[in-house]
Amino acid sequence: MLLSYLPLLIIALFGAGAFYASRARISAAPQRSLPGLPGHYGWYGTLWTVVPATLVYAAWTIIDDRVIRNVVLSDFPDLSGAAATLLYVSIENAAAGVMTDDVPMASVELLLHLENLSAAARFALVTAVSVLGFFWGWRRIRPELTARDRVETALLVALFIASIIAILTTVGIVLSLVVETFRFFQLVSPFEFFFGLEWSPQIALREDQVAASGAFGAVPVFAGTLLITVIAMLVAGPIGLMSAIYLAEYAHPRVRAVIKPLLEILAGIPTVVYGFFAALVLAPSMRNLGVDLGLTISSESALAAGLIMGIMIIPFVSSLSDDIMTAVPMSLREGSYGLGATASETIKRVILPAATPGIVGGFMLAISRAIGETMIVVMAAGLAANLTANPFEAVTTVTVQIATLLVGDHEFDSEKTMAAFALGLTLFIVTLALNVVALRVVQKYSERYE
Amino acid sequence: MVNVSALSDPQPKLVARAVSVYYGGKQALFDIDLDIMSREVTAFIGPSGCGKSTFLRCFNRMNDLIDDCRSTGSMLLDGSDIAGPDVDVVQLRMRIGMVFQKPNPFPKSVYDNVAYGPRLHGMAPTRGDLDEIVETSLRRAGIWDEVKDRVDQPGTSLSGGQQQRLCIARAIAVRPDVLLMDEPCSALDPIATATIEELIDELKSEYTIIIVTHNMQQAARVSQKTAFLNLGRLIEFDETQKIFTNPSEPSTQDYITGRFG
Ligand SMILES: Nc1ncnc2c1ncn2[C@@H]1O[C@H](COP(=O)(O)OP(=O)(O)OP(=O)(O)O)[C@@H](O)[C@H]1O
Ligand SMILES: [Mg+2]
Repeated sequence: MLLSYLPLLIIALFGAGAFYASRARISAAPQRSLPGLPGHYGWYGTLWTVVPATLVYAAWTIIDDRVIRNVVLSDFPDLSGAAATLLYVSIENAAAGVMTDDVPMASVELLLHLENLSAAARFALVTAVSVLGFFWGWRRIRPELTARDRVETALLVALFIASIIAILTTVGIVLSLVVETFRFFQLVSPFEFFFGLEWSPQIALREDQVAASGAFGAVPVFAGTLLITVIAMLVAGPIGLMSAIYLAEYAHPRVRAVIKPLLEILAGIPTVVYGFFAALVLAPSMRNLGVDLGLTISSESALAAGLIMGIMIIPFVSSLSDDIMTAVPMSLREGSYGLGATASETIKRVILPAATPGIVGGFMLAISRAIGETMIVVMAAGLAANLTANPFEAVTTVTVQIATLLVGDHEFDSEKTMAAFALGLTLFIVTLALNVVALRVVQKYSERYE
Repeated sequence: MVNVSALSDPQPKLVARAVSVYYGGKQALFDIDLDIMSREVTAFIGPSGCGKSTFLRCFNRMNDLIDDCRSTGSMLLDGSDIAGPDVDVVQLRMRIGMVFQKPNPFPKSVYDNVAYGPRLHGMAPTRGDLDEIVETSLRRAGIWDEVKDRVDQPGTSLSGGQQQRLCIARAIAVRPDVLLMDEPCSALDPIATATIEELIDELKSEYTIIIVTHNMQQAARVSQKTAFLNLGRLIEFDETQKIFTNPSEPSTQDYITGRFG
C-alpha cells in the first residue's frame, strides 16, 4: 500500500528540491537582466521534474491492472466473459483477505506477487524519470533561458486542459443522451413519445412480464411538470418580486444587509429537506383542510409540491431582481422624485420598466430550476402519471420519472432505461433554451447603462 | 402671469434661515441665511465638497432620499414653510423642479419623458391637452424643432446636449415656479453649453432659477446674484457683478481668480 503512494511523495519532494536548486543555479549565474524572475527558473525546474514523472505514474497505474489481469487469467484459457470476471473478482477478494471457497490459491499468490512487482517497478521508474527530469531541467537553467515565457505557457496549457476536460465531459454526456435517445426512438416512435397520452413504463420483475411492455406517451409527464412549475412560479413570482422591490427600494441598508442573506439561505437548504417538509407537514395538513372544505385533496398533490418548490425558488427571483433593480441608476430615481413622484409611482413607472428584461431573466432561471427539481416532487407529488390540470391530484414530472426509471434492477438497454434518456434529453433541451435566453436577456439589460 | 404686487414689493421667492445639514454625525452646512429673488438667476459657486449640491437639494427636499441626512433651520417658499414635517413633498416638488448634473432621461420615448410629470399629477385630462403640454414644454426648452419628428424615439437616443434640454422640458412640463440646476452643463461640450446658457437666459423671465456651477465665466454670464460657499458656510452673497469685480471677502477673491479651489 505504502509503495503505491510513495512515488507521489518522491515526485513532490524532488519537485520542491528542483525549485530551490534551479533558483539557486540562476542566482549564482552572472547577473544580467534575466528573461524571468529567479522564481520562474525555479518553477521551470520543478515542471521538468514533476510533469513527466507524474504522467508516467498515471499511465502505469492505468495500464497495470489490465496487464496483471491478463497474466493471471492466462492460466484459465477456457474461461471468458462473465465467468472470467467472476473468477478474477474472487481472486482479488482473496488477495485482499476475503476468503471464499474454490479460489485457486496459486492464482492468488500470482496476483499478489505481480502486484508487488508492479508497484516496485513503478516506484523505480517514476523515481528514475523524476531524477532524469530534474537534471534535464537543471542543465537548461541558463540566463538565456526564457523562463518566464515557458512557465507562463505551461500555466496556460494547464488551464486550457482543465477547461477542455469540462467541455469534453459535457459533450460526452450530451452525446450519450443523444445516442440512447436515438436508440429509444427506434423502439418507440417519437410521435408516441411526444404526443401519447398514456405513461406507464411498468417495471418488469420477471423475464416473461416484459411482454406487457409499458406505454411511453410522455404528455402526462410533461403536463405534470408544467403544472407544478406554474404553481411554483405563482408562489415565487409575486413573493420574490415584491420582496425584491422592498429590498431594493424601501429597506434601510442595514435591514437589507440582514434580509438579503437570510433569503438566500432558502436556496441553500437541501431540497430533500423541503421535500420531507412538503410530504410530512404540508401535504397532510392540506388534505385535512380539504376534508373540512369538502374538497378531495390527495395526500400527494401537485399543489403541495408546487407550493414548497415555489418557496424554494423565491431567492432565485428575488435576488436577481433585486440586483437588477439596484443597478437602475440613482439618477433615474432622483429624476422621478424630482418631478413629484412618490416611491411607488417611481417603482411602477421607472424602476420596473427599466428592470423588466432583467426580471424576466430571473424568472426564467427560476423556471428552469423548478423544471429540473426532483427531490421535492418525488416526495410530495407522487409517481402517478395523471393527465390533469387539477392541482389537488397527484402528478409526476420528468425528473421524477427519470429517477424512478433508473433505480431498480433492469437491463441497461431496456426500453425503460432508454426512455429515461429521452426524457433527460428533452429536459436538457428545454432548460438549456431557457437558460440561454435568460442569460442573453440579462446580459443585454446590463449593457444598457454602461 | 406677471404678478404686479410682486414687482412693486420685491418679496423673496425663497428664504433660507439658519439652515444646517448633517450627514450622519458630520455637518455639511452651517447656519446658512439666504434670500432668492423671484425671476432671477442665482449662481452657487465654491470649491468641490463645499455643500453647493447639499444646499440646492434642500429647496426641493431631495436630501430626504438620503437615509442619514437631516437638516435644521427654516426654509420658506413664497412665505410658507417647506422644511417642516407636514409639508406635502409632492406639491413642493411640482413647484420646484430640478435639473441634474448628468442628463437623466428615463428609458422612455421623448414624448413620455416630458409627459411623465403631467401624467403623474393628472394635469392633462385629454390626450390633446397632454400633446399641448409636451409641445409647449419642448418649445420652451428650445428643443422642439430638433425632436418634433421623433418624439416616439427613446429619450436616451438624443445627444447629451439634447438630453439635457429634454430634462429641462421635463421639469418645466409640471409648471414649476423655481428651477434648480446642479451643474447642468458639466457633462456637455462648449456648444451645447452655450445653448443651455441661452435657454437659462430666456427662462428667467418666467422662472426663478438657482444654478450650481464650477465655471466662473458661466456664473458671470447667466446669473444676477452669486453666492460663494466654502466649507459648508456661505461666505458671500451679492450681485454677480460685484462678486466678480469687487468681492468684499478675500477668500472669494482668491476663489474666482483661481488661487484655491
Ligand atoms: N450622501 C452623502 N453622505 C454623506 N456625506 C455626503 C453625502 N453627500 C455629500 N456629502 C458630504 O457633504 C459635503 C458637501 O457635499 P456636496 O455634494 O454638497 O458638495 P458640492 O459643493 O456639491 O461638491 P461638488 O462641487 O464636488 O459637487 C461633502 O463633504 C460631502 O462629502
Ligand atoms: Mg455637487
